[in-house]
Amino acid sequence: MTTDNETYDIEAGTELTEPVTLTVNGVDHRLDLPGRRLLSDALRHDLRLTGTHVGCEHGVCGACTVLLDGQPVRSCLIFTATVQGCEITTVEGIGDDPAHPSAVQQAFIDSHALQCGFCTPGFITTIEAFLTDHPHPTAEEARAAVSGNLCRCTGYQNIVTAVCRAAELKHEAGGAEECAGCPWDGEQS
Amino acid sequence: MTTRMFGQRISRREDPRLVTGHGRYLDDLGSSALEAAFVRSPHAHARILDIDVSAVLDVPGVVAVWTYEDLEGKLSEPLPMLLPHPSITAPVTGHVLAANEVNHVGEPIVMVIATNRYLAEDAASHIEIDYEFLDPVVGIETARQGSALVHDQAPGNVAAHLVQDVGDAPGRIASAPHVLELDLDIERSACMPMEGKGVLARWNREDSSLRVHSSTQTSTGVRAALAARLELPLGKVDVIAPDVGGGFGVKINHPWPEELALGAAAKILECEVKWTEDRREHFISSAHERQQLQRVRVGFDEEGRIYGLDVQFWHDNGAYLPYGVIVPLNTSTHILGPYNLPDYRVEYWSLYTNTVIVTPYRGAGRPQGVFLMERTMDAIADYLGRDRTEVRRMNFVREFPHPIGLIMQDGREGIYDSGDFDTSLDKLKALVGWDDFAACRERARAEGRRIGLGLGCYVEATGAGPYEGGHIEIETTGKVNVATGLTSQGQAHQTVFAQIVADELGVPIEMVEVTTGDTRRMGYSVGTWGSRGAVMSGNAVHLAAKKVKQKALTVAGRALEVDPADLEIVDGLVRVKGDPKAQMPLAMVSVLSNPLRYAFDEAAQAATQFGGRQDETKPPIAENDSPGLEDTDFYSPVRSTFASGMHAAIVETDPETADIRILRYCVVHDCGPMINPMVVEGQIHGGVAQGVGGALYEKMAYDSSGQLLNASFMDFLMPYASEVPQIETDHLETPSPLNPLGIKGAGEAGTIPVSAAIASAIEDAEGFPITRMPISPSELWELRRRHEAGEWPSLRHD
Repeated sequence: MTTDNETYDIEAGTELTEPVTLTVNGVDHRLDLPGRRLLSDALRHDLRLTGTHVGCEHGVCGACTVLLDGQPVRSCLIFTATVQGCEITTVEGIGDDPAHPSAVQQAFIDSHALQCGFCTPGFITTIEAFLTDHPHPTAEEARAAVSGNLCRCTGYQNIVTAVCRAAELKHEAGGAEECAGCPWDGEQS
Repeated sequence: MTTRMFGQRISRREDPRLVTGHGRYLDDLGSSALEAAFVRSPHAHARILDIDVSAVLDVPGVVAVWTYEDLEGKLSEPLPMLLPHPSITAPVTGHVLAANEVNHVGEPIVMVIATNRYLAEDAASHIEIDYEFLDPVVGIETARQGSALVHDQAPGNVAAHLVQDVGDAPGRIASAPHVLELDLDIERSACMPMEGKGVLARWNREDSSLRVHSSTQTSTGVRAALAARLELPLGKVDVIAPDVGGGFGVKINHPWPEELALGAAAKILECEVKWTEDRREHFISSAHERQQLQRVRVGFDEEGRIYGLDVQFWHDNGAYLPYGVIVPLNTSTHILGPYNLPDYRVEYWSLYTNTVIVTPYRGAGRPQGVFLMERTMDAIADYLGRDRTEVRRMNFVREFPHPIGLIMQDGREGIYDSGDFDTSLDKLKALVGWDDFAACRERARAEGRRIGLGLGCYVEATGAGPYEGGHIEIETTGKVNVATGLTSQGQAHQTVFAQIVADELGVPIEMVEVTTGDTRRMGYSVGTWGSRGAVMSGNAVHLAAKKVKQKALTVAGRALEVDPADLEIVDGLVRVKGDPKAQMPLAMVSVLSNPLRYAFDEAAQAATQFGGRQDETKPPIAENDSPGLEDTDFYSPVRSTFASGMHAAIVETDPETADIRILRYCVVHDCGPMINPMVVEGQIHGGVAQGVGGALYEKMAYDSSGQLLNASFMDFLMPYASEVPQIETDHLETPSPLNPLGIKGAGEAGTIPVSAAIASAIEDAEGFPITRMPISPSELWELRRRHEAGEWPSLRHD
């Protein structure tokens, strides 16, 4: 075999890297990353934001969903270097304090909407974006909103309930509109 | 008085951490560890002629490359046969890395360790292996034919053969007024937890010890296997299950090749090394379940009373048999369901194929057995033109205990200990509106719609032994630490075990913290499987809490100079009954429980030799006592306890496309007194969702060469929220007489009767028999075509 010298630094025993600037949960980070580094891996292993989980590595399960400029995307399908200059929000950006969970996070607790919890961060980011655009969802709309994410534990029923409960909590807090699109800025619950 | 926690729908104590991204799953750990990747067989059946790893040495970051030749000592032996059973005639297990033959696509052959996973995979892709192809054996029909063999030492591809015979089924069937013969088959599916398997192994050079984190359902099992195969003293190995992203059975099998390979690599390279299974690896190298071809012969009378049941079935166990015959054994011992059938014969063959191994998946053989029995009940009802619920009622067990004469998976006779099947059926009929449905169906028909109602009933032996333990210590802060050895994969153990302990100790639940699956905290345990967590560890922590409470009362009684029998614990305070002024916090009791020479803080001064009055006639630690406010106890049941339930489904089938939609799904469930009904309902919802997947969407599509054609979430159709119906539940709580809390298992129940209930409903909508599950719209469409062509029978009474 021949080793690709444009990919590897043989002397250092590593891959060649390029500087990448990322804005995650409102904080700027400078990283040196190989061009093929997936956003999911950069978030989890370079920034140690391990709340974003990887369930399939082919964009189907949604566990790795993060918000890119407010829109839900599958971070396992994105090269990190391609999202420089974008605002990335992970589950930690929606709420990082177990003692003070965000509205969507609290709704998951209230509704028993998680069991093993592995898929949960991807649901929470997805629902956060959905409620920004649909602050008063019906149960049917709530179900449709979470129908792109896989959960193997709950049977989804309580997740649908949690979407509606989160909408309620956001309204009670009166912060839905105010925080839309910038969940790292304000109090969520 | 504090509210009793048992029975409360309290929210889960694990949730705040998990919803905010603070969970710690396997791949969240070991951020600086080396990483492993495996070269896996692309062929289903082949001899390995040569492995060329020379190209890998050029890849940067590679630390080690291992093949079978690199495995030393006991590591090179075949993997253990975990569950030996007399019916196993040809036990064959795999190796940590394939020795000289591969028997399924996905079998590990080479392990590469590099500085990260990307580089390890780069290197793995450069390894060249020469194979000599052998004939693949795929599917039960091919295996049963036996012209090609998976293993030479298993003639006819038979791994195991068992007959269980109670009464005289053939004789009773011969004397029955009516006899039916049916073929009722189920295809392959898999657990598919959202998190795959994973291992992080760390060697501690300082004391030559190994610490392994594994996404497992049994940390004690993995620990024992690691110690044995790496030839380490048990005390030098610890295994911890961190947060585990779902299990559903697949993570109870152990040691997985990767667990041993990573443990060995850590030890030999004196490093920390991690492997995280990717989704394709999970499809082709973990485990599947469910596929069985089943034949039943049943004799019955005009009223639907069954005279005898004679069953034969063929089970596909995949390439190896590490988990023995638990799945077919469970099928054979759960077919009888809630029915009193004293004349029963069952015979099974467990067969090798060149496919992924088969180990228990939620339900573990029971869904197949229930499918067989419930389809048979429907066939009898149709034959006689009787209501399907009435035929079932004709055969219900009504007296408990009810021995069934069969040896269960725990090696003991199955004896139904409790239940009330008539009430369950009454509740289900009321919930789904059974008696009004015929009219609904007719109205729908008049509108050109096809709807159907079906049901499925089951019993499940839960809470099997041998034992689980609980260790409880009350810190000098008053905090209560509870440890039990079995592991958690989302079952709310940190909540429900805390509820039990808080009740017994009389402390606020906020003071209780539960640890599971950590051999450093509880070295004796079996694992999480068979709907046993709540029954086994629930009772174990209950018993341990009783002992600690007694100890607290004794210590406090000594200090307060009152008879311990006159004391009670309320809100964390030990006090004299009827005299709340004479009291002492549990924190102080904990201080006093450990006689000290040296005071480590102000509170501890009370426990020192000059800290207070002492009875100088006795030693500071009484005979049969021990220091510290802590104790351990174990729960070991004499046999399994039987949970039960009944499901009903209403489906609509599209007259043109044959699309199948579930309109309603109703569940009546009896797991005895519920510790936390919210958690039980969650278990039911999730179980039903997996059942729906297995009934309508999921199957492992192997081609005849043994390639799995749908090894991704794009192609293996796990249900999303759009496919799972709203689930309506009602409960019955008949307590088990077998354990102190009276509880029965709930984990698997939701899944067990779903294929039976949905098949029943589709049959009711279509008017012809449904005999094989899962069923897709195209398969239903094809059945309709055959039915119209006269190639598939009609029901007798539509």
